[in-house]
This record gives sequence, structure tokens and C-alpha cells, in this order.
Amino acid sequence: MKPTDQTPPPAASFWNDTGRSGITAWLFSTDHKRIGLLYFFSVFGFFLVGVVLGLLLRIELMAPGRTIMGPQTYNALFTVHGVVMVFLFIIPGFQGSFGNLIMPIQIGARDVAFPRLNLFSWWLYMGGAAIILTSLFTGGGPPDTGWTFYLPFSSRTGTNVSLAVFGVFIVGFSSIATGVNFVTTIHRLRAEGMTWGRLPLFVWSLYATAWVQILATPILGITLVLIIAERLLGTGLFDPSRGGDPLMYQHLFWIYSHPAVYIMILPAMGVISDIIPVFARKPIFGYKMIAFSSLAIAAAGSLVWGHHMFTSGMSDTAILVFSFLTFVVAIPSAIKVFNWVSTLYRGSISLEAPMLFSLSFILLFSIGGLTGLIQGAAATDIHVHDTQFVVGHFHYVIFGGSGFAFFAAMHYWLPKFYGRRYAEKPAIIAWALMFVGFNILYFSMIVLGLEGMPRRYYDYLPEFAPLNLLSTIGSWILAAGLVLLLVNLFRGLRSGERVGSNPWGGATLEWSIPTPPPTENFEEEPVVSHGPYDFRGAGIP
Amino acid sequence: MASERTGSHIIGYGTLTAVWIALLALTALTVWVALNAPGIGHVWGSLAIAAAKGGLVIAFFMHMRYEGRLLRWLLFVALLTLAIFIGLTFFDVLYR
Amino acid sequence: MSHPTRKDHAGAKLGMWLFLFTELLLFGGLFLLYGTYLARYPREFAAAGREMHLGFGTANTVILITSSLMAAMAVTAIQRNGRRQVVYLLGGTVLCGAVFLFNKYLEWSAEIGRGIYPGSPRLAAGPPGESVFYSLYYLTVGLHGLHVLIGGTLLTVVAARVGRGTIHAGDFAWLENGALYWHLVDLVWIFIFPLYYLVL
Repeated sequence: MKPTDQTPPPAASFWNDTGRSGITAWLFSTDHKRIGLLYFFSVFGFFLVGVVLGLLLRIELMAPGRTIMGPQTYNALFTVHGVVMVFLFIIPGFQGSFGNLIMPIQIGARDVAFPRLNLFSWWLYMGGAAIILTSLFTGGGPPDTGWTFYLPFSSRTGTNVSLAVFGVFIVGFSSIATGVNFVTTIHRLRAEGMTWGRLPLFVWSLYATAWVQILATPILGITLVLIIAERLLGTGLFDPSRGGDPLMYQHLFWIYSHPAVYIMILPAMGVISDIIPVFARKPIFGYKMIAFSSLAIAAAGSLVWGHHMFTSGMSDTAILVFSFLTFVVAIPSAIKVFNWVSTLYRGSISLEAPMLFSLSFILLFSIGGLTGLIQGAAATDIHVHDTQFVVGHFHYVIFGGSGFAFFAAMHYWLPKFYGRRYAEKPAIIAWALMFVGFNILYFSMIVLGLEGMPRRYYDYLPEFAPLNLLSTIGSWILAAGLVLLLVNLFRGLRSGERVGSNPWGGATLEWSIPTPPPTENFEEEPVVSHGPYDFRGAGIP
Repeated sequence: MASERTGSHIIGYGTLTAVWIALLALTALTVWVALNAPGIGHVWGSLAIAAAKGGLVIAFFMHMRYEGRLLRWLLFVALLTLAIFIGLTFFDVLYR
Repeated sequence: MSHPTRKDHAGAKLGMWLFLFTELLLFGGLFLLYGTYLARYPREFAAAGREMHLGFGTANTVILITSSLMAAMAVTAIQRNGRRQVVYLLGGTVLCGAVFLFNKYLEWSAEIGRGIYPGSPRLAAGPPGESVFYSLYYLTVGLHGLHVLIGGTLLTVVAARVGRGTIHAGDFAWLENGALYWHLVDLVWIFIFPLYYLVL
């Protein structure tokens, strides 16, 4: 992991200053930057696991009938793909890695408010992940319920649901710990002059996300406890034969899991809001509205969970209410998109890798958002519910949105911590491959869904074959781009060209300190005198 | 730096004891109401009494009365969120 | 101000309150279920509520309120430098918690003896709403009991640290946060009590 060269980075850098030695200097470090890198490599490792599972699913769907696996294996694989990607990659992803790495520096603090809780949060995450992985190879085998663990099936299947659910419960604790830590940090540890109106938009988005983590995750916690109770104690709370109501499970599950998609996408929007002004050489357009819309999305996004249940037999009144509220969320999301586009207008745009990923984020997220509205309207949702359309939509938002923003953040911020950067040309080729592959892969799914191909089956009717083959080919192009991206990025971080303290010309605080950052970030407590996108105020030409 | 004051207010034993007596009285009241006014309507009455008791605990035992505006707002947001979660679910439960 | 070695009392309290919100919402999920099932099975819930031991419930309410009073007094005492009083008051709080759990044990034994527990043959034969009521009762009260146990352990540790002098009038964030946690346990019980013991 360390940069290797004859001239080591300055002694004050967080890489060499440590009281402990070897691996424990990392595993027991309370430095937010080290915890951030621990988180980064853990979540990214799980992302790669999820990618491999996804590729296997696509190979199975390459042709009708059994290709490489049978139905039970397929069910287990899409469940594990979902659980790993949702609970182990994208929910902890931004907060844990870039949130930890960047947020304290951006507000001018030396660390988060509770550094030991921060380390504990990573350990909880790893513990939960270990339990989830154990559940795949013990008991009745990997869960086959889908990542939603819907009752009553999840209380009847013989697979190892209880252990997997317990692992997710522990990961939820880790998420709550991070949320509590970040809200406290942003309230208490801002440097002098770092007013709420000068917070970088990435920090604003983390703040909104942390609130969703605090207020929604406990509901997931109790829901998971109820699944385990249902399986082990036979409480019958969701069993119709004993007076229970399975729809109540869906309510509880989605009260968390819909806001959870905002845990996944909000920090990504923050990343984009930070990158676009830097590469357009222009202050952000509509700072206040972008900051406000983060809070608005967090708030309104917590009120729309019922749109996952339009075909479940929920009351028509509820469908009406939840459909309306779903359309309300589109407003703050659109505010962000319009403001990003306005920032680009008449900017002097430089198309480097972080910017390319950010620009494609806007397009892919918009497609994801607009296909979302098709499902938000009850009438059209009945047509596309539980089809490949939903799979395509979700991946446009979460992979094309959050995933591409994650890659943007990797190219934008990791050089700051390694002191070296990747090569530009391969990065752009990798981006192009991924962008093309992504659209072939998931747009085919959107079309397939409209044609009526259901999701979560290992087999399908022959008329769906051509598009499925195309989609699988797209997945290979995407994977090829991902491999190129990884090789180029990590080779660059090891032995690439050295970078100074401010390679991109950003005006936020992380670019004002040495590269790599010293252990306590700032030599002396900073006093902030300009806004996060005030390039002139920061003295950047 | 936000200007949230540190809660250095000391609440006297007398005040705390008075709150305790009020809590016991409300407990007696809620039991009496339940035993003497049967029927489903009294669930709301019991909840109102419980809310009053909870308010006393939060305000005095948990010092909320002496905290700055920030904590009060945050508590309000948390309770509102819970109320909305329950309320919106009833759009389904009541109209099915 | 951002130096990690400097104690940030208000920050610690803010963090604790945020954590308490998560606890409120955790129990909130169970209250949500209670509300929806009460709306569906009002008669069955009332019938099942009549079977509950009102005596145990009321006694435990009084015990928890009293324990909360002592925890609040402990915070006052430490600010007035009364270290010995703090240890006694916290001891009293933990003792109340233990008595509460012992009562719970007696009550649950009696109920299980009568064949009332999740998945029991008696409940399976009875009306569906009744089984839902008791399942929720056992889950909610069980989860609450777990919190009493955690809170008691926390306050024991805090009392030991007060005795050793690492928590004192100048730095009592741990005591204050421990007391806050205990009050939350009390707060949740204040709502459990009418919902399960008084829906007659």
C-alpha cells in the first residue's frame, strides 16, 4: 500500500507517523485517514466480490435454459450479490472511505469527534461481513431469499438466513456509529470561520446521509431481529395463519431500505458537486439550493417506502399517497441536476478522468431517476413491477450513479493520500469502456423489462435471447474497463508521477495541506476566510 | 465553531423529587383510569398520560429543559420522524 | 477546539442523544407493529391485556421511576462534588434495575407456566390476535429487559470509575451519558406499561 520510492514522503505524513508497528499500526489506528483507507480497501474488496457474482449471473442469463448453474444456485447468487453490494459495498462505501478520508480535513478538524468509535465502527463492519461470509458456507447454505429477506419465505426456507441476517444487523450497528460520529463532528469540530454556508457540498451530503443512517437504520435493526425471532421463536408476527400480516414486514423493511438508497446516492451527489466546479473552473451554481436539496432528499426520501409495495395488496389510499410523495422526491433531485448543468455552462471544462466519471454520473443518474418515475406512477408500475426493468433502473441509479461517483472520487482524492497519480490516457480509455459497457448491459435490461421479462429467474422465454446475449456482452466490456481502471489507478498510486498539494486546483481545505497529509492534518488550527468554491479567494489562478 | 453551551446547570434535589412525585401520581392516575373507564377509547387517554410522564422525564431527569435549542430541535426531528413512519403506515392499515 | 485530547463535553452529550434517537426508533418499530395490530384486533388485544399481571407491571413502573430519580440525583451530586453520594445513588439505581429484572423473571415464569409464550399450543388454539399480542409483548419487554441489563452494567462501570476518581465534577460526561441511557430505558417502559398492562 505504501508509495515506494527512494525519497520517502515527508516524515510528518500520516503514512509513517505511528506509535505502533506493522499491521497493528493500521488495524488499531484511530487516525481518520488510516480508518478511511481500511474502509476503502474493505468495501472495494467486497465490491469486486459482488462484481464477480454479477458476471456469473450474466453468464447464466446469456442463453435460455441452464447455462452454468441451476435455479437454486442462481437464487443464492443473486441474493449474495445483492447483500454484498448493498450492505457491504455501497451503504458503508462513501461514508466509511471518502467520508472518513476527506470530511474532517474539509471542515478543518484534526479528526472526527469520536476517533475510537470510528475504529470500532470499522471493526463492527468487518465482524458483520465475516458473519455474512460464514453464513454462505455453513448451515443450510447461502440464503436464497433475495437481499430483501421477505417473509414468510425467509422464515420457511432451510437456507442459512438467520446467520446472514445477524451479520447484516451488526453491519447496521457500524453504520449507526458512523452516522452518530459524523453528525457530532460536523456540529462540533468545524474550524474557525467554517460556517454552515462555507461547508463543502460533500460535507453537506454526508451530513444529510448521517441523519438517514441515524433515523432509519434502527428500523432495519428491529426488522432483522423480527426475522430471527420468527425463525427461532416462532413468533408468528407475519404469519397470516396466526394473525400476522406479511405486508407489515414489507413496510418495516422498506421504511429503512428506501431511505437506504439515499444513503447510497447522497454522498455520490456530494462528490459530483465538489468535482464539477474544480474541472469547470467556476464556482458552483446555486450552492444553497444544492445543500438544501441534500436535506430535502433525505427528508422526503424517508416518506416514500410504500412505492415498493404497489402490487402487494396495500390499500389504494396508501398507493395514492406514496405515489404522490415519490414524485415530490424528484424535485430536489432535479434541482441538483439543473445546478450542476448550470455550473458547467460557460465554464472552461477540462475533461480529465474524475470529470468524465462525474459527467457520466449526471447522464446515468438522470436515466435512472426518470425510469424511477415510471415506477413511481402506480399505473405504469403495475406493468413493470418485478421485471428486468426494475433491475436496469436500480443499477442505473446505484451503479451508474453512486458507482461512477465512487470511481470519480477514487481518481480525484486518492492521489492526495498517496502523493502519486495515475496515467491519464489509460484512465480515459477505462472510463470509455465502462461507460459503453454499462449502457449496453443495463439498457438492454430496461428494454427486456418493458417486453415483460421477469427478474429473479435463471431461465427465460426464447424471444428474450438476443437482448440477453447483448446485455452479457456489455457486462464483459464493463468488466474489461474496470480491470484497466484498477491496474492503472493502483499502479499510478504506487509508482506514478508525484503530485503536489493541489494537483487539480481545488479551493476546499484538503488541497491547502501537504500531500500526503500530516498525521494531524493541519500544522496549526486553520481559520477559514473563503467559501469552498471561491477559487479567487483561495488564490488559485 | 457552533455556540452550543455546555449543560452546566445543576438541578436541585427538591425539583427532582417533585418530578418523581408527579410521575408517581400520574402512574396512579393511569391505573385508576384503566380500571374505571374500560373501553378501547381509553388507549388514547393512557397514551396522553404516558406522553406527559415522558415529557417530565425528558425535561427534568434528562435536563432537556436546560439544553440549548439545537438538542431540542434534534429531539423534535427524531420524534416527528417516528410519528411519520407510524402515520404513513396507517394509510395502508386503515384503508385496506 | 478540534484538538482530540481536549474534552468536548457538549459533543459527547450530542453524540449520546443521537444514539438515544436510534434506540427510540428501534423500539418505535415495535410500537408501529403494536399500533397496526391493535387497529386490527382491538377486542383480542383487550382480552389478552386483561390476562396480564397488573400488579407486576405497576410495581415495576414505580421501581423504574424511582431508579431514574436516583440516576438524575447522581448527576446533581457529582456537580456538587459529593463523590460518595454518587456511588450510593448509582448503587441504588442498579439495585432497582436488578429488582425490576427479578420481577420480570417471576412474571414470565408465571405466564409461561400458564402456557403463554410465542408458539405455545394454547396460543395456537386461541384467536389469532391474542398470539400476536403476546408475541409482541415478549419481544418488546425482552428487548427492554436487555436494555435494563446493558444500562445496569454501564452504570456499574461508571460507579466504579467515580469511586476511583476518574469521573469527577470537572469531567462527568460518562456519568451524564450513562444516566441519559438509563432515563431512556425508563422512558420506553413508561410507554410499554399502558400499552400492554392497561389495554383492558
